[in-house]
Amino acid sequence: MAKKQGDIKKTTTTLFFVTILMFGFGYAMVPLYDTFCQITGLNGKTQRVIETKGEEVVVSNREVRILFDANVNGDLPWRLKPTIKAIKVQPGKFYDATYSVTNMSNEAVVGQAIPSVSPQIASLYFKKSECFCFVNQLLEPGETKDMLVRFEVDRDLPEDVGALTLSYTFFRAKGDNS
Amino acid sequence: MSTLAHEHDHHHAPSGLKRWIFSTNHKDIGTLYLIFALMMFFIGGAMAMIIRAELFQPGLQFVDPQFYNSMVTVHALIMIFGAVMPAGVGLANWMIPLMIGAPDMALPRMNNMSFWILPFGFALLISTLFMNGGGPAGGWTMYPPLVLQLNDAFPFLIFTVHILGVSSIMGAINIIATVFNMRAPGMTLMKMPLFVWTWVITAFLLIASLPVLAGAVTMLLTDKYFGTSFFSAAGGGDPVLFQHIFWFFGHPEVYILALPAFGIVSTIIPTFARKPLFGYASMVYATASIAILSFFVWAHHMFTVGMPIKGELFFMYATMLIAVPTGVKVFNWMATMWKGAMTFEAPMLFSIAFVILFTIGGFSGLMLGITPVDFQYHDTYFVVAHFHYVLLTGAVFSLMAAAYYWLPKWTGYMYDEKLAKIHFWLSAIASNVLFFPQHFLGLAGMPRRIPDYNIQFADFNMISSIGGFAYGISQLLFVYIVIKCALGGKKAKAQAWEGAKGLEWTVPSPAPFHTFETPPKLTKAMLEN
Amino acid sequence: MTSIFKKAIQAIFLVTLPISAFADWALNMREGVTPISQKVYDMHMVSLWVVTIIGIIVFGIMFWSIFHHRKSRGVKPAKFSHSTTVEIIWTAIPLLIIIGLAIPATKLLIEMDDTSETALTVKAVGYQWKWKYEYLEDDLTLYSNLDEKSVELSQRADDVDPMEYSDYLLNVDEPLVLPTNTKIRILTTANDVIHAWWVPDLGWKRDAIPGFINDNWAYINEPGTYRGQCAEICGKGHGYMPIVVKAVSMDDYKVWVAEKKQEQDEANAASSKTMTKEELMTKGEAVYKANCLACHQANGQGVKGVFPALAGSKIATQPENLKTHITHILYGKNLMPPFGEQLNDGDIAAVTTYERNAWGNDTGDVVQPGDIAAERK
Repeated sequence: MAKKQGDIKKTTTTLFFVTILMFGFGYAMVPLYDTFCQITGLNGKTQRVIETKGEEVVVSNREVRILFDANVNGDLPWRLKPTIKAIKVQPGKFYDATYSVTNMSNEAVVGQAIPSVSPQIASLYFKKSECFCFVNQLLEPGETKDMLVRFEVDRDLPEDVGALTLSYTFFRAKGDNS
Repeated sequence: MSTLAHEHDHHHAPSGLKRWIFSTNHKDIGTLYLIFALMMFFIGGAMAMIIRAELFQPGLQFVDPQFYNSMVTVHALIMIFGAVMPAGVGLANWMIPLMIGAPDMALPRMNNMSFWILPFGFALLISTLFMNGGGPAGGWTMYPPLVLQLNDAFPFLIFTVHILGVSSIMGAINIIATVFNMRAPGMTLMKMPLFVWTWVITAFLLIASLPVLAGAVTMLLTDKYFGTSFFSAAGGGDPVLFQHIFWFFGHPEVYILALPAFGIVSTIIPTFARKPLFGYASMVYATASIAILSFFVWAHHMFTVGMPIKGELFFMYATMLIAVPTGVKVFNWMATMWKGAMTFEAPMLFSIAFVILFTIGGFSGLMLGITPVDFQYHDTYFVVAHFHYVLLTGAVFSLMAAAYYWLPKWTGYMYDEKLAKIHFWLSAIASNVLFFPQHFLGLAGMPRRIPDYNIQFADFNMISSIGGFAYGISQLLFVYIVIKCALGGKKAKAQAWEGAKGLEWTVPSPAPFHTFETPPKLTKAMLEN
Repeated sequence: MTSIFKKAIQAIFLVTLPISAFADWALNMREGVTPISQKVYDMHMVSLWVVTIIGIIVFGIMFWSIFHHRKSRGVKPAKFSHSTTVEIIWTAIPLLIIIGLAIPATKLLIEMDDTSETALTVKAVGYQWKWKYEYLEDDLTLYSNLDEKSVELSQRADDVDPMEYSDYLLNVDEPLVLPTNTKIRILTTANDVIHAWWVPDLGWKRDAIPGFINDNWAYINEPGTYRGQCAEICGKGHGYMPIVVKAVSMDDYKVWVAEKKQEQDEANAASSKTMTKEELMTKGEAVYKANCLACHQANGQGVKGVFPALAGSKIATQPENLKTHITHILYGKNLMPPFGEQLNDGDIAAVTTYERNAWGNDTGDVVQPGDIAAERK
């Protein structure tokens, strides 16, 4: 009987630890998911690179059309517009694009942009050396700022992707209470 | 068994309220679970009646859209966590020790606790309906950012989920500890009744999936109040991540509801076919493979979020693959009936209806698994029809079958067979009138979770509502039958059913307060599956 | 593959002729108006018939057994309890059927996934509770609200009956106009919570998620009006944000774009004109119904604990709060979205005037477009 009681205790303890482990696994899914997204392009987030000068080799005459898109999330009284609507680029070369953002309200507001590329598969091949995303931006009432993004489309972009959309969405920064 | 079981060494049941509040007896706790589940079934059912009344005609009739959304949300939470899961745990509590020849559950005090925190959890959930801003109204799936718009009710929703999770996990640990350590000598794993097997596998699913849900809702909580950004795009998080974590729990949860049903039906059909279960071993393996596969199909609930095509294909193939072990089960049940000598008492009727209607739910499930077509089906009434076939005419029908099957063992009296048959036919017809037209509604383009609809959906909604009311009313008959049976009737023999096999039928009916205090000696016949 | 599909489907149609008599009961999925929607429909029909035939066989055998193998017929139960051969067979056959379904499904999915070489890009943005459409190439933006008649009929009142209105809850004030015979890229995203953009006749739905853009495409064969709804629960107004696509020829589309732009320019120009109180009230009521009613309700009472009441509220009645009233509309507050981008000065002036004089607020305040312009930065 005492042995049985010991066995029950052992089973219970093991299962208790499995429970804790699975609770941790729920949290572990966060970084796992990020890694998974980076490998597969799952959530359309773009890639960061450091531009190396003098290495621009354009292998083909292939042209890819980039469409610039802008969104401002619900609670942010800002206006965001790409300076140009679309350009044609050659894979392997760096290009500049600007977005113009204006605070339409009568208060200073902090916002933050996040990028999204579609089709998702293209986000793996869309590489930026400069970007205004994931950084808090403070705009005074009525202030307008031009924001730069410098990017290249990787030469390995699958052939069937002829056009892609680069989209930015500005959100009110977390913790901005104005 | 030194300290735990000997506390109640006096051979009489304690009486009064204390018996129930402090009970560590598996039969009493089982009874508590079952009664609680039945009460929740009616509360959740009342909400379903409100939903069907509102949808009876186009135009807003009774409730406002916000409250309608709360009803949809709370109905689901109550039915899943309050009715079907506790009913399953109640059956496990009552029957597993009897089936494996154990004197009680392995952890009787934890057993008491895991039941008694449930009423508090649901009191909390139901109280949210009266709070400033109303109850949770974003669907039981709690997707952010919508769920974060909830007012005062939000933290209560999260704590409710935590409480229910803790309760279920304790229940699951207890079941595994019992089955692994307390089987009568000679009862090897592959000699266990299939109901025990399905519950062990369910318990593992619970332990593996519920903590993940607890983690997900905790992240919601910190996102709302403590400035984290797990799911907030504004802070670099991803709202779709929640859906992945949620459904990593959510799909195994579907099988947490369904596997005990498989066990019940696999117990009842052989009894009334008077023939052993066909393919016992393949049943065990099929159950286990369904359980394992259920962790690799979650994203089929969210094909429309926009996944890379490789992901969509993977989840489509994995989903379709589940049809194979599920098919094996259905064929095994058919083969069990084949060349048997069948009689059709209420448990058998509910079990046969289960096999047919669950299979219909499985068919629509297979169709939903085909990704390119799911883009049309997703979030329509086709899905509503699908999961109600699986959960109501599936899981709930099996629970009704189980109740009728074991009522003689619980009460010592036979239930009123004639009334039970009426209850069956009313339920079977009404539930099909209720849910079959919803397939058409979904295909014709009616989204789910809407309080009002275009007039082209009017006819089928009215039919569906009539079926809903009929189903709701017929369940009152079930309560009457159960009460009548508890109060008296024809005495039940120890072996209440002619063809029944298993240790639970070797003890008298009603089962005495303490059973198998010394392990039973198992004969070869008893171990026959 | 397709030709086999077609033949199978034709055969099926002959069998199901009696059912099609119930056409107005809308029993089945819509075939739709794009090549993809047709293929999706075919795939649906194939899988439906596969499961129907399996069902007939399986349940047929079961009922035969239920009828013949009953105790009342005096049968003695058999003893067998397994058979490896049979078990292998009924594992293998479903597997083969599933592979048979997975192959065409995979092909179709790959075809649907190909968003390349589109001629036109439209972005659908989900709002609580309306859709915004941006024609990215043509630089045109529309807000598409539930139409006024549906709004009126959807109020809970005795004297309204939605049964009289065939487009109830499926009509909008500004439909999405799209050209036919053109591959159109449709991007989806959202402004607040997750929505889903779904027009059954186009053959798919896609979630609209804040911060992310999803892409999909449609190639509409026939001119016509195609209706759909938001398909992801998004709060109180989830059932009240329909989608209407009006497909016209490319030439008509071009004309429409030009006219729409002109109309918007004229409206903006006219919006700075001073109006009489009556004009402001009439216009204000219309603007209120389209933009404010979903939350603040027709009677201005709001929803307790969620959406504040306007009737009798401090902000909408006290003179010193007039400025706050206007800035709340322009820039939003908490759950209230900013309307400064969606509405012009005239609309905001009108709705402010309306809110300050309706439901017994009777402040007598008249707000003119100039007052709004002064608040804008």
